[in-house]
Amino acid sequence: MFWTVTQSLLNGLATTFEIFIFTLLFSLPLGLALAFGLMSKFRPLRYLIQVLVWVIRGTPLMLQLIIIFYGPGLWLSHNIWSGNETGRITATVVAFAINYACYFSVIFRGGIEGIPVGQREAGQVLGMTRSQIFFRITLLQMVKRVVPPMSNEIITLVKDTSLARIIAAYELTFAGYSFMKSAGLTWPLFYTGVFYLIFVGILTLLFNYIERKLGYFR
Amino acid sequence: MAILEVNNIEKHFGATKVLENVSFSLEEGKALAIIGSSGSGKTTLLRCLNFLERPNGGSIAVRGETLFDASVPAREHEKELRKKRLHFGMVFQAFHLFPQYTALENVTLAERLLAQEQPDFKQRRREILQEIEKHGQQLLERMGLAERMHHYPHQLSGGQQQRVAIARALALQPDILCFDEPTSALDPELTGEVLKVIRSLAKQRTTMIIVTHEMAFARDVADSVIFMDGGVIVEQGDARDVIEHPREERTRQFLARYAQG
Repeated sequence: MFWTVTQSLLNGLATTFEIFIFTLLFSLPLGLALAFGLMSKFRPLRYLIQVLVWVIRGTPLMLQLIIIFYGPGLWLSHNIWSGNETGRITATVVAFAINYACYFSVIFRGGIEGIPVGQREAGQVLGMTRSQIFFRITLLQMVKRVVPPMSNEIITLVKDTSLARIIAAYELTFAGYSFMKSAGLTWPLFYTGVFYLIFVGILTLLFNYIERKLGYFR
Repeated sequence: MAILEVNNIEKHFGATKVLENVSFSLEEGKALAIIGSSGSGKTTLLRCLNFLERPNGGSIAVRGETLFDASVPAREHEKELRKKRLHFGMVFQAFHLFPQYTALENVTLAERLLAQEQPDFKQRRREILQEIEKHGQQLLERMGLAERMHHYPHQLSGGQQQRVAIARALALQPDILCFDEPTSALDPELTGEVLKVIRSLAKQRTTMIIVTHEMAFARDVADSVIFMDGGVIVEQGDARDVIEHPREERTRQFLARYAQG
């Protein structure tokens, strides 16, 4: 039985990992783009992004996931997500990427605004372009500043992947729960917890490593 | 002919007038000191010259070329603005070194980025980058920082950081080097090393504008001096004359406060 459960959980973990990685892949650049929107001097754009961030942060992720997965099928009369596991995972990644990008954007904005104006001005008087100033001066200083708050969000993301169960994506928590439903077993639930702990443990080590790496400057 | 001509510069932030009717010129190879109490507009003037602020009136010309004229409402493209900025170098009160780069990288960064725009950069990449590296090393050696080239800013003292910042500003060979209170953020025992460097630059006939609170230094190093108060130039002339024999009452009062220490 132990091996059956382990195998099931590993399957679930694969899905969890897939949601996690793709969400990060899309939400990090999207979050940066939204951060620029939040800092834009063009007011209509800034207000639009502020409203988006308010709506996304102000409503439950689970609700957003349900709307994104079931909405298109009900409004458009044909479902844009294929009915198989891939479709469920894709819908989950879309909902998560938008949600997390909004949280990230606020963190990124804080990271950029926290850098002294003098850094940008020093670049300007040296004849650098705006993009040179961003990529050569601002970006790394921002990354250093946002690592601690980002590590919080990213660890939360690991556990939020369990929400995908609501649209029947077979992720880690679903896998553990299914043994309770089918065989009345509770120990797989604790075993599932161990999987999450190891996942988050590895991430924590990774974040510590990044913080150490970026410790070479102040 | 003067290398720099500044005519009737005006700047206001909202209803507050910060600069009014500021005119002066500077000869090549000369050093100009700007003195005055805080809030008198000295720093804003330097920021206008470096295009960090846009004046509301007046004009600025370098070597006879008008870089800025408020009466011509031009929306500048970044490219032109960058070119104009390169006439001026700027050393900030708080250094503003890039913390993630070593002293040498701080000095060479802008030059490396500019080199990428050269048409033959791709073919001569190695050669060009080596030249830039060597140039940066020479500059840091001139600043007495040969042993500190590969240190990061946080590993350097304030005086060393400011000397790196001076090397960084010199790297692009600006026509005019501006100093915004270069020693005001330093501990008293560290001001000497920075002033020594500026003094040697003056000896080498670097064209400079120095905003400073060091009166003795201004008197000894600068050729001319401008005293500002309330956004206007109250008195300007030969540095020694103005500081030792001020004609205006306001200048006298200001200098007297400094003499008392």
